[in-house]
Amino acid sequence: MLGCDVHCCQVPALAEDEVRMLKERARRVRVHVLRATAEAGSGHPGGSLSSAEILATLYFKVMRINPKDPGWPDRDRFVLSKGHAAPALYAVLAEAGFFPVEELLTLRKFGSRLQGHPSMKHTPGVEMSTGSLGQGLSTANGMALAARLDGRPTRVYVLLGDGELEEGQVWEAAMTSVHRKLDNLTAFVDYNGLQIDGPVTDVKSLDNIAARWRAFGWHVLEIDGHDVRAIFAACEEAKATKGKPTVVVAHTVKGRGVPFMENVVDWHGKAPSRDQAEEAVRRIEQEAE
Amino acid sequence: MMADAPKKIATRAAYGKALVRLGEINPDVVVLDADLAKSTKTDEFAARFPDRFFEMGIAEADMMGTAAGLAASGKIPFASTFAVFAAGRAFDQVRQVIGYPGLNVKIGASHGGITVGEDGASHQSVEDIALMRAIPGMTVIVPADAMETEKAVFAAAQHKGPVYIRLGRSGVPVIFDDNYNFEIGRAALLREGGDVTIIACGVLVSFALEAASRLSEENGVSARVLNMATIKPADDEAVIAAARETGAIVTAEEHSVIGGLGSAVCEITAERFPVPVERVGIRDAFGQSGTPEELLRAYGLLPEDIVKAALRAVERKRGTTR
Repeated sequence: MLGCDVHCCQVPALAEDEVRMLKERARRVRVHVLRATAEAGSGHPGGSLSSAEILATLYFKVMRINPKDPGWPDRDRFVLSKGHAAPALYAVLAEAGFFPVEELLTLRKFGSRLQGHPSMKHTPGVEMSTGSLGQGLSTANGMALAARLDGRPTRVYVLLGDGELEEGQVWEAAMTSVHRKLDNLTAFVDYNGLQIDGPVTDVKSLDNIAARWRAFGWHVLEIDGHDVRAIFAACEEAKATKGKPTVVVAHTVKGRGVPFMENVVDWHGKAPSRDQAEEAVRRIEQEAE
Repeated sequence: MMADAPKKIATRAAYGKALVRLGEINPDVVVLDADLAKSTKTDEFAARFPDRFFEMGIAEADMMGTAAGLAASGKIPFASTFAVFAAGRAFDQVRQVIGYPGLNVKIGASHGGITVGEDGASHQSVEDIALMRAIPGMTVIVPADAMETEKAVFAAAQHKGPVYIRLGRSGVPVIFDDNYNFEIGRAALLREGGDVTIIACGVLVSFALEAASRLSEENGVSARVLNMATIKPADDEAVIAAARETGAIVTAEEHSVIGGLGSAVCEITAERFPVPVERVGIRDAFGQSGTPEELLRAYGLLPEDIVKAALRAVERKRGTTR
């Protein structure tokens, strides 16, 4: 199930030290997510934890960005369409140096640059304001079109939730990406299987996500969304795929890395207490050792 | 002034021509449309600059999002469709990814109001100005004629931030010449007068001028006429001066009296210089099929309706000052 539908063996692989580095970054993302949401007393840890490896691999291996010059015109761009995973996005941005790591603990507080959902006006490194689901892919298409018009090497990445695919605009945008042959665009679906009201399959059955995208004309890959090697390989394959956009259906576990949160619907939009967060951090650190 | 049949041009037609001229001098200008390019008149831009025109199909939400992404990458997108779809169907997209981040997207919304005519209420926006005006930071412009439309398009491109430009389907008389100095947020004095001020926008500006002539000739009432093309930010000072100097105001718009020009003027006068205000507009109703002329009559938007409103306002003023 979890293989590329084209031969992956030809794309460059990560070196062992890079794999270690990315796992460490993902681990730190998880720690930041837990501490920031605990400090805020609200937020969305479940879907932040499920996207840790995707974000870490994009920001620390795949994307061409310059935190010292966030407006560099040739940079790659990332849109967090599932905006409620803001704690994870803020974590990679801080780790990358867009703003101090200490600022992560101001998440959701009055006067903070780290709004409850991403705001490009407030936060360095945030490329699009998101939070109202279903809108990120359209904006990513716009960025990809602009890059093409200007002849820039920019690649655009967008992360969608699986429940988010219930929004009709996603499929309007999916048609645009294909119609415009946006091969400089790569979408990820964080397929953790849960949304606020329950399992995605119960809320509105979303069987055969990959087949749906394929039917829309996308190049579709299906991977383990916690495997940094697979994430990197998928991005490389997307780069090599011409004439159509690529979507990576990333099978993930909601709450991944925190045993009491894994696959528990309630942790979609509930913050851990400080004690729970520290217990979770201990587990994550033990696992790393 | 209406003796010779005046030259009539629809503001949407002027919009299409202005985009081409703008496109010639500004390579960052791009245009999007949602399967209505022939109606919004963006087809001229499409033919001239095919690489900078994006036909988005029947997908207004996607169009607004794509425009936001283009703007986030330094482009100046003009996203065009009918007003009812731009402000209504795509409201959340305009709010979330254009308004909230303050992106440099211009929305060219044609077929505003009931003069859409035969298509009926589903295609006649009577509340778009209210919706757009409520979005923080959104500039809302309703040009009165072809010349003002062209100037508004260029001014919108110069302005940093989101702009909503409401255009009409039907031909309207040309009021301004090339010497007209359009400025966002600035009302234009079209006729001086001391008894009452008619503040109008869009299609009703030429009617306001006609009403002012009739008021002078038939009623001995001297009416000032202001063209308030920018509904937001409104020209507060011009409204306050009108209130102070004429003591009575009539607003005239092809839009619901709830949330549009009439509301904007009442908000200003109520807070800063209360005077009698009469609002000519659509009275909390949807439109219907008919010719533009039939509909303007049915919904009380003709020059004679403005005259009656002006006489009521003057009467109220006298009543309160006595």
